[in-house]
Amino acid sequence: MGLDIRWPIGLMFSLIGALLTGYGAMTASDAALYQRSLDININLWWGLVLLVFGAIMLVLAWRGRARPGQPAATDKL
Amino acid sequence: MHIQLGALDYAILLIYVGFVIGIGFALTRYMKTSADFLTSGRSIPAWVTGLAFISANLGALELVGMAASGAKYGIATAHFYWVGAIPAMVFLAVFMMPFYYGSKARSVPEYLNMRFDQRVATLNALSFAVMTVFASGISMDALAKLLHSLLGWDYNLALWICSGVVLVYVLKGGLTSAIYTEVLQFFMIVLGFAPVVYLGLKDVGGWDVIKQQLAGVAVHPSALNLWDDPAKSFAPDAWTSAWKPVLAGPSSNPMGVDWFAMVFGLGFVLSFGYWCTNFLVVQRAMAARNMSAARRTPLIAAVPKMLFPVLVILPGILAVALTTLPGKNYRIPQAQIEAAKYPAAIAALKQAITDHAKPDDAVKALKVAAGVKFNKAKVDALLMEQIQSLPQTQVESRLQDAVVNDYDDVIFSLVKKYCPTGLLGLALTGLLASFMSGMAGNVTAFNTIWTYNIYQAHLAPDKSDAHYAWMGRFITVAGILISIACAYVARMYDNIMDVIQLVFGFVNAPLFATFLLGMFWARCTGTGAFLGLLGGISTSALFHGLTMAEGKGGWLGADLFTFNSTMAQNFWLASFAFAVCFLLTAGLSLATARTRTDQDLKGLVYSLTPKLKDEEQSWFLRPAVLGVILLGCCAALNWVFF
Repeated sequence: MGLDIRWPIGLMFSLIGALLTGYGAMTASDAALYQRSLDININLWWGLVLLVFGAIMLVLAWRGRARPGQPAATDKL
Repeated sequence: MHIQLGALDYAILLIYVGFVIGIGFALTRYMKTSADFLTSGRSIPAWVTGLAFISANLGALELVGMAASGAKYGIATAHFYWVGAIPAMVFLAVFMMPFYYGSKARSVPEYLNMRFDQRVATLNALSFAVMTVFASGISMDALAKLLHSLLGWDYNLALWICSGVVLVYVLKGGLTSAIYTEVLQFFMIVLGFAPVVYLGLKDVGGWDVIKQQLAGVAVHPSALNLWDDPAKSFAPDAWTSAWKPVLAGPSSNPMGVDWFAMVFGLGFVLSFGYWCTNFLVVQRAMAARNMSAARRTPLIAAVPKMLFPVLVILPGILAVALTTLPGKNYRIPQAQIEAAKYPAAIAALKQAITDHAKPDDAVKALKVAAGVKFNKAKVDALLMEQIQSLPQTQVESRLQDAVVNDYDDVIFSLVKKYCPTGLLGLALTGLLASFMSGMAGNVTAFNTIWTYNIYQAHLAPDKSDAHYAWMGRFITVAGILISIACAYVARMYDNIMDVIQLVFGFVNAPLFATFLLGMFWARCTGTGAFLGLLGGISTSALFHGLTMAEGKGGWLGADLFTFNSTMAQNFWLASFAFAVCFLLTAGLSLATARTRTDQDLKGLVYSLTPKLKDEEQSWFLRPAVLGVILLGCCAALNWVFF
């Protein structure tokens, strides 16, 4: 099918990751908020994980895109 | 008690909904023929169909149910993911996919029609079509109930909005849309729940602490309301070993299952019957872009399947361990006795004590008075005590402690406990995503079966493709409306749904025998298969009518055998139904004349199909090689947690 699913996955998780990371950074001093996550700023850290995952998906989608004159690269899977 | 969602949580939820609808719209321009809409035009890469394959199976009810079973039965629950899935998925990839994909059948019933005849195909198509709309209705009912109890949303509003979202993206992008959102859902679930499991595990102190704590629980399970009989005691590793308690016999493990039922009933009959013949999952593999991608689909799916117990079963197990640790301020969730009902409940308890009532009767009386179910062991203990001399509040807390566990709430209780706003939105979106993609999966399977195997096969053959494409869209809308109707039925009549699911269990149990004989024995005839299948289904019903477990079954009035659990009953029922279907199909096939020649069966039966040449692929992409590696990994996991 014409749409490479890696684009929406990459975009969505980058966006959510950016939101979580930003929120985590903003609330870093809010000890009460992170009491339930065992005093770990889970929003910041997990937001970063999502950002990295989203970025990897975007890179893969970028590398597999169809260029003018040649069809989309088909990976082995 | 509702969870308060922050603005960020709503934002994450909306982003997800925006993306799935966006995917639907982006795919609209590729939806030209009925095949594009209903079968994705066989154009999807294997890693996508593979993740969709596993995601279609990992419905939200599965997430909730597996955490519940993890708490109830411990690590033996993982057998549903190992012995009950991996061998069947490998078998599908190596042996069965060549027929499904190579025959160019557009659905499982269509394969049955090519291999046998219209009768077998229609029996399968009809039962499957009804099952999918009910499954999707049950799941949407659960979703709306959940949103109501967790977030305080209105039941009707939640049901119609979620169904509306599914309708939009399925109508726009067809099966491709459903498959793509299933992949999105896969990552959403994994990335949404992994941090919850991590935090839970860290809080408990690791697997060794879990093992140590659960040893105490296993020796005296009624202390945590995990067992009804106060005297019951299991071996210390009953919750943390996968095989030892099962090998020790049905009364030595909390599942109440023996090893033969586990291996043959679950691991062979039920598992192969589901993974190799259920169109909901097989459809994903059929949408792959070529034969090797189709065959690799279940193999790719097997990798996350094997590891999922960490994500879905471990939360249940660690919840039990967490309950035993003082200072963690956690208990396996229970229904709460309403404050207004305490006087009646206490009166019922006092009455039971003065009457010297049996524990069973006291449990019943308390249920009537308090509106919730009670654990027999705890009630038994209360009956022995001089509660007259205890202060009122203490009696109340003792009563509350005696209420049975609400295992289905385990996963939410952990999300509530560990997720600050932000992560909370992610985890809840993952859950919502799996409910919605569950509905989309069922609806896309339903519309294909209806359009090709019921409408085109019986009602209106020889119409133009544009007509079938239109019908596919029309029945998608109809399917969602029927699902919503089923959701309301499920909401109002719990018992009807139980009966319906039981009946589908009867229909599905013998199915794999038909496929096995059909695919590997050219002599097998349509009449043999059809009557064999009916015989197998009747055997299931008869078996359930003549045996009992946990007070269920035995509706024929006789109780020839009582199982330790309904699970064991179910495994044995499937084994019997399979055996009868197998023998009957084989016998009747020999007694009836063949209607399909060897030439007709080329590409449909193993011995008459030219072998695929896997040698042209690199060795690590060959299905048989990958299959053996996967089986090895699965065996290793079983060994580690033996």
